[in-house]
Amino acid sequence: MNSILNIIFYTLSFLAIYVQVFFLVTFFENRKKIVIRKEDIELDHYPSVTIIVPCYNEENTVGSTINSLSALNYPKDKLNIIVVDNASKDGTWDVLQNYIENPQIKIFQETKIGKHNALNKGLENISTEFVGCLDADSTVHPEALKRIMTYFSNPITMAVAPSIVVNNPKKLIQYAQRAEYDMAHYNKKMLAFLGGIHVTPGPFSIFRKEVFEQIGVYTKAHHTEDQEIALRMQKNGLKIDHAPDAYVYTNSPNSVPKLYRQRVRWIYGFIRNALDYRELFFKPKYGTIGIFTLPSGFISVVGTIFILFFAFSQMYQHIARKVLQSQAVGFHIFGDHFSFSFFALNTRTFVFVSIILYILVIIGLLYGRSMIHGRKKYTWWDIPVFIIIYTFIAPIWLMKAVWNAITSREASWTVERDFLINKKI
Amino acid sequence: MENNNIKKNDWVKYIIVFVITLGLFAVAGGLSSFFTNKKVDTMRAIQDKLATDILSSETQFSLLSELSCQQDDGSENLSAELSDMAAKIEYSENNFKDNMAATELKRYYTILEIKDYILTKKINNRCGNKRIPILYFYTTAENCTECTKQGFVLTELRKKYPDLRVYSFDYNIDLSALRALLRIYKINDTELPALVIDENKSTGFKTVENIEKLYPNIIKLLPKDTTKVKK
Repeated sequence: MNSILNIIFYTLSFLAIYVQVFFLVTFFENRKKIVIRKEDIELDHYPSVTIIVPCYNEENTVGSTINSLSALNYPKDKLNIIVVDNASKDGTWDVLQNYIENPQIKIFQETKIGKHNALNKGLENISTEFVGCLDADSTVHPEALKRIMTYFSNPITMAVAPSIVVNNPKKLIQYAQRAEYDMAHYNKKMLAFLGGIHVTPGPFSIFRKEVFEQIGVYTKAHHTEDQEIALRMQKNGLKIDHAPDAYVYTNSPNSVPKLYRQRVRWIYGFIRNALDYRELFFKPKYGTIGIFTLPSGFISVVGTIFILFFAFSQMYQHIARKVLQSQAVGFHIFGDHFSFSFFALNTRTFVFVSIILYILVIIGLLYGRSMIHGRKKYTWWDIPVFIIIYTFIAPIWLMKAVWNAITSREASWTVERDFLINKKI
Repeated sequence: MENNNIKKNDWVKYIIVFVITLGLFAVAGGLSSFFTNKKVDTMRAIQDKLATDILSSETQFSLLSELSCQQDDGSENLSAELSDMAAKIEYSENNFKDNMAATELKRYYTILEIKDYILTKKINNRCGNKRIPILYFYTTAENCTECTKQGFVLTELRKKYPDLRVYSFDYNIDLSALRALLRIYKINDTELPALVIDENKSTGFKTVENIEKLYPNIIKLLPKDTTKVKK
C-alpha cells in the first residue's frame, strides 16, 4: 500500500514540479516583455467599447461598479455601459433607475435566469468594435481599459484578460486569497506567453466583437461561461492575451463557507468544461491549451486531493502507532522523545521533493506579486497563511467539485449569490 | 486566425524542462541520501564506541580472572549506549530499511549484542545474578503489531530499570551467530514476539506487569533513588 502511495506521490509531484519549472523557464524567457505601467498613457486611437454588467441581487455593489466604469480614463463617447438585471429579487432594479438619464448607460432586464443569458442580452445590443463584461461585485482601475486596449494593437489578439486584485482584504481568509490571486497573475501571464489561457474572467475581460460573431455567444457552460468562451476561442485558434497592469478589484468571499461555494462552482465548471472540450487534450494542433494547460489543471485537481489522502495516511500510521503504544504501556501525549534531534528529522526524498515544489510555488507567487504591487512593496506573511489554509481546505472543495462533476450536480450562479446575500456579505 | 500548433522549439522547451525537473528530483534524492548517510555515520560512531567498550570489558574480564564484583566495569554506560543504539536501529528499520549501510550496521549490532550477552552471562556466573539480560526476538518481515507493542513495553521497561540489558534481535537477519542463538532457545518465527529472561522463554505479547510477575527478580533492579529515574 505504502509503495503504491509513494509511486503516485512521486508521479504527481514530478508533474507538479514540471509545471512550475515550465512557468519559471517561460518567465526568464519573456520577463523583459512584461509591461507594468504606473503612469497614465494616451492611445493614438480610441476604439469604441461596450462593457456589459450582468447583475443578480447586487443592490449593494452595482452602484460602485457602474461609478468605477464611468470614472474610467477613456473618452465618454467611445465607452458604453450596458447593465442587465437578471431578475434580481432585491432592490437592484431600483438602484439602476438612478442611471436611466445617463446617456452612456443603457439598462435592460433579462428574465431568463443565468449569467450567460444576461451577457447575451447585452451582446444583442452592442454596436461597438470591442465588448467586455464586468461582474457587479468588482470595480476597475481608471487606467485599466486603456492599458488593455494597447494589447489589441496586435491584430491577432482577440481577447485580453485583466489582473484581478482582491479588494481591500480585511479577514485572514481574504489575505490568503490575495496571495492566491497574486500567484494567479504570474500563472496567467506565463500562460499568455505560451498561448494557453483557459479563462477570460468575468471581471473585465475585453473581446473584439467579431469573436462572438465568429464563434457564437455565451452558453450556460456549467455556470462558468467565462471558462467556456476561452476554451472555445482556443479551439478556434483565437489568441487571448493578459494585461498584468490592468487592475480589477473584486470583492472576495470573507468566510470559508462563501469561498467554498465559489470554488466548488469554479472547479466544477473547469472539470465539466474541460471534459466538454476533451478533444483538445494532448493534441499539438491546439497548442499549449491541449498539451499543457488542461492536463496540468487536471493534475492540480488530482494532486491536491491526493496530498490530503497522503497526509491522512501518514497521520493514520502515526496515530496507529500511538494507539499500539497506549495499548502496550498506557497513554503518552508527547511520546518518548520530546527533545529535538537531527536523527529524528525526516530526511526522506519526499520531504525534499515537497520543499522544492513549495519553493517553486512561492517564487511564482513573489514574481506575481512584484508584477502587481511593484518590487519593494509587498508583504510576505499572507503567503504561509495562504499555503496553510489552502492545503487543508482546497482538497475539500476540490473533492466536492469532483463529486458534483461525477453526479452532474451543478452549483448555480444565482444560488451562490442568494447564499452570499443571505449571509450578508 | 493564429495557428496554435506546437512548434519544434516548443518541443525542445518541453524536453529541457523535463531534464531540469529530473535534475531537481536528483537533488532531492541526493539530499535525502546525504542526510541518511549522516545518520548512518552517527550510528556507526555509536557502534564503534560500543564495540570498543565491549572489547574493553572482555579484556578486563580476561586480564583479571579475580575481578572484583564491586569494581565499576562501565556497565551502566554500556546499557545506555545499547539503548540509544536500539532506538536508532528501530528508527532506521522504519525510515531507511533499504539502505545497505544501515542493514550492515544492524548485522554488526546483532553480533555486538550477542558478545555482550555472553560477557554478561559470564560476569553473572562469577558475581551472582547481578544483571538480568533480556533477549527479545521480533520480526520485520511481516506486519507484526504485537512486536511493535512489545517494543514499546521494553522501552518502558528500560526506563523503569536503567540497569536492565535488553538485547533485541530481528529474526530475519541472516547471521550464523543469530541462527545459533535461535536454535539454543528454540525460537520459531510463528511465535514472535518472544522473550528470554533468565534463560526462560516466553512467547507472545507481554506487558510490563506480565514481565514483572513472570520474572520477579527484575524488581530488584529498581533504582533506590527514584528521582534519578524521573530525570
